[in-house]
Amino acid sequence: MYKILKKEILAPSIKLLEIEAPLVARKALAGQFIILRVQDKGERIPLTIADFDREKGVITCVFQEVGKTTRELGTLDEGDCVRDFVGPLGNPTHIDNYDRVVCVGGGVGVAPVYPIARAMKEAGNEVIGIMGARTAELVFWEDKMRAACSELRVTTDDGSYIRQGFVTDVLREVIEEKGDIALCVAIGPPPMMRAVANLTRKYNLKTVVSLNSLMVDGTGMCGCCRVTVGGETKFTCVDGPEFDGHLVDFDEMARRAVIYKPQEQKALDIYTEKGAQKCQCGCGGE
Amino acid sequence: MAEKKKIAPNKNQMPAQDPVERAGNFNEVALGYSEGAAVAEANRCLQCKNEPCRQGCPVEIDIPAFIKLAARRDFKDAIAKLKEKNAMPGVCGRVCPQENQCEKYCTLGKKYEPVAIGRIERYCADWELANGALPQKTCSPNGKKVAIVGSGPAGLTCAADLAKQGYQVTIFEALHIPGGVLMYGIPEFRLPKAVVQAEVQNLKKLGVEIQVNAVVGKFATVDELMGEHGFDAIFIGTGAGLPHFMRIPGENACGVYSANEFLTRTNLMKAYLFPDYDTPLRIGRKVAVLGGGNVAMDAARTALRLGAEESWVVYRRSKNELPARHEEVEHAEEEGVRFKFLTSPTRILYNDDYWVTGMECLQYELGEPDESGRRRPVPIKGSEFTIDVDTVVVAIGQGPNPLVPRTTKGLACNRKGNITADLETGATSLPGIFAGGDVVTGAATVILAMGAGRTAARAIDAYLKGV
Ligand SMILES: Cc1cc2nc3c(=O)[nH]c(=O)nc-3n(C[C@H](O)[C@H](O)[C@H](O)COP(=O)(O)OP(=O)(O)OC[C@H]3O[C@@H](n4cnc5c(N)ncnc54)[C@H](O)[C@@H]3O)c2cc1C
Ligand SMILES: Cc1cc2nc3c(=O)[nH]c(=O)nc-3n(C[C@H](O)[C@H](O)[C@H](O)COP(=O)(O)OP(=O)(O)OC[C@H]3O[C@@H](n4cnc5c(N)ncnc54)[C@H](O)[C@@H]3O)c2cc1C
Ligand code: SF4
Ligand code: SF4
Ligand code: FES
Repeated sequence: MYKILKKEILAPSIKLLEIEAPLVARKALAGQFIILRVQDKGERIPLTIADFDREKGVITCVFQEVGKTTRELGTLDEGDCVRDFVGPLGNPTHIDNYDRVVCVGGGVGVAPVYPIARAMKEAGNEVIGIMGARTAELVFWEDKMRAACSELRVTTDDGSYIRQGFVTDVLREVIEEKGDIALCVAIGPPPMMRAVANLTRKYNLKTVVSLNSLMVDGTGMCGCCRVTVGGETKFTCVDGPEFDGHLVDFDEMARRAVIYKPQEQKALDIYTEKGAQKCQCGCGGE
Repeated sequence: MAEKKKIAPNKNQMPAQDPVERAGNFNEVALGYSEGAAVAEANRCLQCKNEPCRQGCPVEIDIPAFIKLAARRDFKDAIAKLKEKNAMPGVCGRVCPQENQCEKYCTLGKKYEPVAIGRIERYCADWELANGALPQKTCSPNGKKVAIVGSGPAGLTCAADLAKQGYQVTIFEALHIPGGVLMYGIPEFRLPKAVVQAEVQNLKKLGVEIQVNAVVGKFATVDELMGEHGFDAIFIGTGAGLPHFMRIPGENACGVYSANEFLTRTNLMKAYLFPDYDTPLRIGRKVAVLGGGNVAMDAARTALRLGAEESWVVYRRSKNELPARHEEVEHAEEEGVRFKFLTSPTRILYNDDYWVTGMECLQYELGEPDESGRRRPVPIKGSEFTIDVDTVVVAIGQGPNPLVPRTTKGLACNRKGNITADLETGATSLPGIFAGGDVVTGAATVILAMGAGRTAARAIDAYLKGV
């Protein structure tokens, strides 16, 4: 059992948990992920490591409630436990002094981009951060990102905060403005990563994306997470999760992401119905 | 007593669930002997002085002795006798390929059916499960720490043997439940998970600590376990969990699974109980399983239970060459699994949504024997045809997971990535590091993995006493 030491609600449906997992924290690096299971009958879901504290032995995860498991996770409070928690999985981001890098976070992708930006700056890079959200209330960690980056630009799809535009609009401006950029790291919803990759391809700007394919074990045992990168099949969990964005077959990825759509919907319906019942009878789910 | 006993020519039948009924559930297929049948079967044994059956058992169980005890209804001593050599008789009695091992050498088998050694073994183990486990002998702690990587049959056996000798043993397991293939691979209907977990509980009673959710190579490397974590020796039993694919076009389409994924979702994650359990599995109307081993049979039989209308095993050689156990093939056929022999796919077809719609295959014929002595399948030119399926399960074998070798400097491996270890001791190229089971031999059997775990335990004990 792994205890939740801290919970924060960052935005509607975006939550942060600090979970006690000393063995994971000891080795965690930016770019890696964990897999957790909320309860005994639960699914194994991957979440990126958004931060870690080796001394306290905690891992920070930031997640968006999209289906049954993430909603259930969102109901847990400080002091509660998750059943299973394994990591650090996947390869860490390759941190180096590239001179100037751009780190792009879209939506909940801001969380995993944060430790990468911080590590890049610590390695001596000039880090230009770009973060985007659909609307003002979904913006979180602006302060943390500002501290982690040399310069931060924020945008919202609807213009309700700072400016209107997609992260790709800001990225284009940054590239035009700065010229020499060695690397772009982009994490967010797959359509955003694809759009970033399409843009940077035109500028020949090397781009790393972090893929979120469906997973089961996360150790290379099942092949559920396979993606095509540069015409070759790779396992996201052990060969990634970061890959060259210009080589990823995003089309395939998008189609594989919805394999279980009907089942996911059913699980969510049953879950929310149960939740509703719980409210009505006031028995606390007994 | 000098009277010569009359031998029944056939094994006592083991009752099984009706094929039609069982194809719709996940309960165990073979129901096990009654006490009467177990005793009657034990009485078929001739108690041969030269014990030919023993040489067929990889762990050399004293077969005549345990059978004699069973014949006297002394099941307590029978199980004790079994456990001298085999830590998990309840598992082996169910899944050992007995026809190629102990029973193959049975004297009775020359004239009649051999003694059903495995079934009697299983009866004794189930008797123990029903009547409470025997107390296990242990030594006082000797202060030495051993780490076991992987909790499959190899790791569990090695851990049990060392714990009994007073070692402080910690098992590190990557998944959230210990047991290895016994939990995630072999289906409930062949090996109930309660049987495996009972064995794991016995191990905990011996004082073995089991850390699940612990991927060695990630939270700590083998070197770090020996260093910072303070272990004196390590046994690596990480199995052969890396799925092989065909490398044909269309293999990443939706509806194509590795057998590992298909079986892990079903067994470990209990997708057959969705939505009570959260992990889903999507199964179509017509399923094709590629391969011909135990794994393929398990997948094909699982597909029927999950509601597939048709479940096909597609194998590139003929029925005679099927590597799966006869009993499993028979059970599969009874349940309605169908076979396409001398067939191999060249391409998986899919629709606009990327879902599987069919498989383009080539017809094969058998040519000259190859290195394995089996006749080589040769494709017939121009014989392309398509079969209409909507789910494909690839069960053509597994390799060793490279995670541990890749993160352990100086650990010698062969070309296929298997860890090189002395088969007599399990010793690897690194001092204090031992290995055994599928990660050394490639995918083999439960009993061989257990044997390797036991061998290594002996060698680790000798090594640590010598240090
Ligand atoms: C390496 C990795 C790191 C991740 N890091 C984070 C993170 O830091 N924060 C976060 O909020 N999410 C992250 N995800 C996605 C997260 O795992 C999924 O949101 C979660 O599994 C959904 O579970 P659910 O039961 O709530 O929803 P489901 O009912 O399973 O799915 C609901 C919706 O989410 C989509 N979905 C399901 N599984 C995934 C998945 N693995 N990736 C993307 N979309 C999915 C489905 O297509 C569906 O539309 C990561 C995924 C991977 C593979
Ligand atoms: C579907 C199927 C059916 C089978 N049927 C039979 C049968 O009927 N009869 C028979 O005799 N044999 C059968 N086998 C083969 C048999 O199961 C294996 O030979 C046996 O389980 C090998 O044991 P092992 O201990 O070497 O490894 P495994 O059972 O593979 O266990 C290895 C364990 O190590 C863990 N691990 C891997 N890497 C790490 C790491 N880095 N850190 C921590 N833990 C790790 C894995 O998660 C796993 O739990 C079958 C196999 C399969 C897949
Ligand atoms: S362990 Fe296997 S081979 Fe040995 S006696 Fe039992 S069934 Fe036969
Ligand atoms: S060979 Fe067969 S009959 Fe002879 S002792 Fe062994 S099991 Fe009994
Ligand atoms: S999640 Fe199973 S191989 Fe990657």
